[in-house]
Amino acid sequence: MVETSSISSDFDPRKIGVIQDDNSSVDADGGDIVQFVSFKVGDSEYCVDIMAVREIKGWAEVTDLPNTPEFVRGVLNLRGIIVPIFDLRCRFGQGLTECTALHVMIILQVEDRIMGILVDAVSDIITVNTNEILPAPTLDKKSEQKFISGLMTVQERMVALLEIEKLFDLETIVEAAIEE
Amino acid sequence: MLPSMQDDPFYQFKVTFFEECDELLGNMESYLTDLEEGDHDSELLNAIFRVVHSIKAGAGAFSFERMVNFTHRFEFLLDKLRDGSMTVDDTIVRVLFDSNDVLVDLVDFARNGAETPREFGAHELAKIEALINGESLPEEGALPAAAGSAVPEVEGEKSKAGTDAGSKVFEIDFSPKPSLFQHANEPLLIIRELSGLGDLKVSLDSSMIPELHVMEPEKSYFTWTFELNTEASRDDIDEVFEFVVDDCDLTIVEKDCTGKITGVDVTAASDLGDDDFGFFVNEEDLPGNQASSNQSAEPTVDQEDDDDFGFFVDVDAGEVEAGVQTNDENSKSYKADSLPVEAPASSEATASVKQSSMPQAPVPQTANAPVAEKPTSVAKVSSIRVDIDRVDKLVNMVGEIVITHSMLASELTVLQEDRQTSLGSGIEEMSMHIRELQDNVMAIRMQPVKSVFSRMPRIVRDVSKKLDKKVKLVTEGENTEVDKTVVEELADPLTHMIRNSLDHGLETPDERIAAGKPAEGKILLSAEHRGGRIVITIADDGRGINRPKVLELAKEKGVVEESQVLSDEEIDNLIFAPGFSTADEVTDLSGRGVGMDVVRRNIQSLGGRVSVVSEPGVGSRFQLTLPLTLAVLDGMVVGVGEQKFVIPINNIIETLRPEKEAIKTLVDGTHVIKVRGEYIRLVETRKTFSVLNAETDLSKNLVVLVEADGDRTIGIVVDKLSGQQQVVIKSLEANFGRVEGIASATILGNGSVCLILDIDGLADMDSSNQSDTAHYLKSNMLSSGISSDVSENEAAQ
Repeated sequence: MVETSSISSDFDPRKIGVIQDDNSSVDADGGDIVQFVSFKVGDSEYCVDIMAVREIKGWAEVTDLPNTPEFVRGVLNLRGIIVPIFDLRCRFGQGLTECTALHVMIILQVEDRIMGILVDAVSDIITVNTNEILPAPTLDKKSEQKFISGLMTVQERMVALLEIEKLFDLETIVEAAIEE
Repeated sequence: MLPSMQDDPFYQFKVTFFEECDELLGNMESYLTDLEEGDHDSELLNAIFRVVHSIKAGAGAFSFERMVNFTHRFEFLLDKLRDGSMTVDDTIVRVLFDSNDVLVDLVDFARNGAETPREFGAHELAKIEALINGESLPEEGALPAAAGSAVPEVEGEKSKAGTDAGSKVFEIDFSPKPSLFQHANEPLLIIRELSGLGDLKVSLDSSMIPELHVMEPEKSYFTWTFELNTEASRDDIDEVFEFVVDDCDLTIVEKDCTGKITGVDVTAASDLGDDDFGFFVNEEDLPGNQASSNQSAEPTVDQEDDDDFGFFVDVDAGEVEAGVQTNDENSKSYKADSLPVEAPASSEATASVKQSSMPQAPVPQTANAPVAEKPTSVAKVSSIRVDIDRVDKLVNMVGEIVITHSMLASELTVLQEDRQTSLGSGIEEMSMHIRELQDNVMAIRMQPVKSVFSRMPRIVRDVSKKLDKKVKLVTEGENTEVDKTVVEELADPLTHMIRNSLDHGLETPDERIAAGKPAEGKILLSAEHRGGRIVITIADDGRGINRPKVLELAKEKGVVEESQVLSDEEIDNLIFAPGFSTADEVTDLSGRGVGMDVVRRNIQSLGGRVSVVSEPGVGSRFQLTLPLTLAVLDGMVVGVGEQKFVIPINNIIETLRPEKEAIKTLVDGTHVIKVRGEYIRLVETRKTFSVLNAETDLSKNLVVLVEADGDRTIGIVVDKLSGQQQVVIKSLEANFGRVEGIASATILGNGSVCLILDIDGLADMDSSNQSDTAHYLKSNMLSSGISSDVSENEAAQ
């Protein structure tokens, strides 16, 4: 468990744009109830707003996109739409995922773009009150932490809330390409 | 589109109105051209009149005052021509053209929500007034006194023929029915329009208003009596009530100035009872129904063009054509030839014009029987306006079906090779249906090039005036159809090339006469289908390309070496060479004949080509050839290692297996190949795209010679050719961004994504590659307009 700093009262995941507007219902004891889809990459558990998830697919071969950063695994035909697939493990600087039939692609919609993330396994749908989402600890600019906007504890496990807009923001992709 | 109108409750209606204006004014241009050529048919004048009238009606509804004022007088002049009290001559035609140009601009001002300059169009308005009053035209540049005023009063000038000479007094009783309001009409607008016709006295009879507790909000309790002192004709007044005539009780009585009734005319109210809320109005009775579907086009399913399989039985024809069922593998193509070219989908302004151009008739006995003309008084809606997004969705869905189907078909071949099974014949039958479906869906997006061509006469007029040249523009084949996307892309290059011809091609009248040519130059703009592509020709009979000068300029700018010797044809094509001109924008039209290289680049980015043939003293002929659609392209699927790529067939010159001794290596590691005495740079896809397991021995590879922009030839090194096929173009940018050397993507029969090579991009790429990928990504991906607005995470500590 990570010891978190004191929660500042004005932290609201909704304000920082990681939770879609239509993903909530008011809880009896104040705050909103929101749902996330959680998944595993290595030993860590992450989650994304359930409203952004379009579908979940088993791993299938993708077509390489040449001259793109390593974490861009390639593109996939999703019923006629060309969808880029990002390797989350690689995005966090932990090397390429060795794909098997058990690996999973989560197809997300961010604004009007559609993209997929490659993860090890989908674990759960979690329902929490926004009050229970803690702000992420101070960032030390380590690659993984740039994309985490909040933390929550579910059944003794810590789950990190990912800020997908940031994950696939083209500027950061370009930065990553330059770093490579 | 309409920046300032986004919050306007009428926004959608305005969009429709402006769309209609564009169509109407496009038609107007061709009507006026016909008129200029001496066709003084009354139908033609009626059509012109109706264009202006329709625009006026819309402008009135949206309170575009300037437009209303202008169209009002314009219409008045046209009316005089229509009823024969004036005859069309060259002067009048010129004024009509000028007025039409003003109207186009007024529409544009209104569309952009821009302030119309106060004096705008005043000069043309003065000319119109002068014509109406039978005076000579005002001097160029002299500003008329009436400029900027509202509707200028016509001085009590007696016109030549007296249908509407002098002022008359009309007494009008007008009591609207509830249906008038249900049809979204507004008495106030009618009253305003009446007051525009002359001196109006309005009296309201409100005696019908009941007690408040029995008042029904949906009913109308008012009756108006107008006394109108006007010079306008009875027809003008009828027009004011044109849209409401069925929804009101209307009596119009003409008195002479002493107040004596000279003629009574009671407009029969429609036979709906007052208690009927007008729900059952016969649409067709609404004259000039302004429904946005006032268009006429033959249904695009053309029985004559059942291409090569009479699979679909034409019920009307009452006979079954027994067709031979063919099924060749490569027939997933989109057949341009099967598109009905003779059915222009342009909207005609009125039913009456339709009589002359497209006879409407009851269902013919046989589909192909000639149709007798049968005038009908009502425009049948034979076409509808559909949002392009919906069509695009349809196109996409059909594309998906094609892909899924070819996947099924290829799965089937893996199964027992037994074509007699019902499964096999089902799949085969389906492929025919799908092909038919694809052709028809593609045909929906087809548009005649007329919409672009009709903008050109104005450009010719404007530019020739500026340059003091006399020019006649002749257009041919404007009903040739191409995909909507191509039509949109054509406007800029065409505009540019026409200006170029006017500016550089054509001589001044004096020069022409000295050269023994007629003073008036000629520019031909034509379009035709040729072998599944559209060919657009822009020819002038001017001086031709000045070769010595072009060569000198090219050498000066370093486009060609000092010592180079070029053939005439090569010199002519120098005008397209990058760097030959200084402009960098096709839209930069102020320059004098600059940016032909940009024209060429734009055309090539559409998968087209542009060429020029010129003869000194006789003229030049530019030719554009373009694909009929941008949604599909013919490609060669090539294999490199485990990957497949598509090379557009358009770019491919030839494919060869290189001999070892023909390949040379340069200092920086670049390979070149000697083909017929020329050295051509090789682009090794294996390196460029970091493909694994690819053949490294160049002599075992194949080289595909392709032509990139600006006539550069490069050789693309691949492992094998997998065959030619038509592919549906899919965007990579939509969800990702640009990738260097890749133009777009497509989906192969097995459902996998395949990348389409960007030949021009490859030619530009540094052969060593990789080094500036990041820089490239930065410049391209970020400029492709996708960036998500990430609010910084400002979580408190």
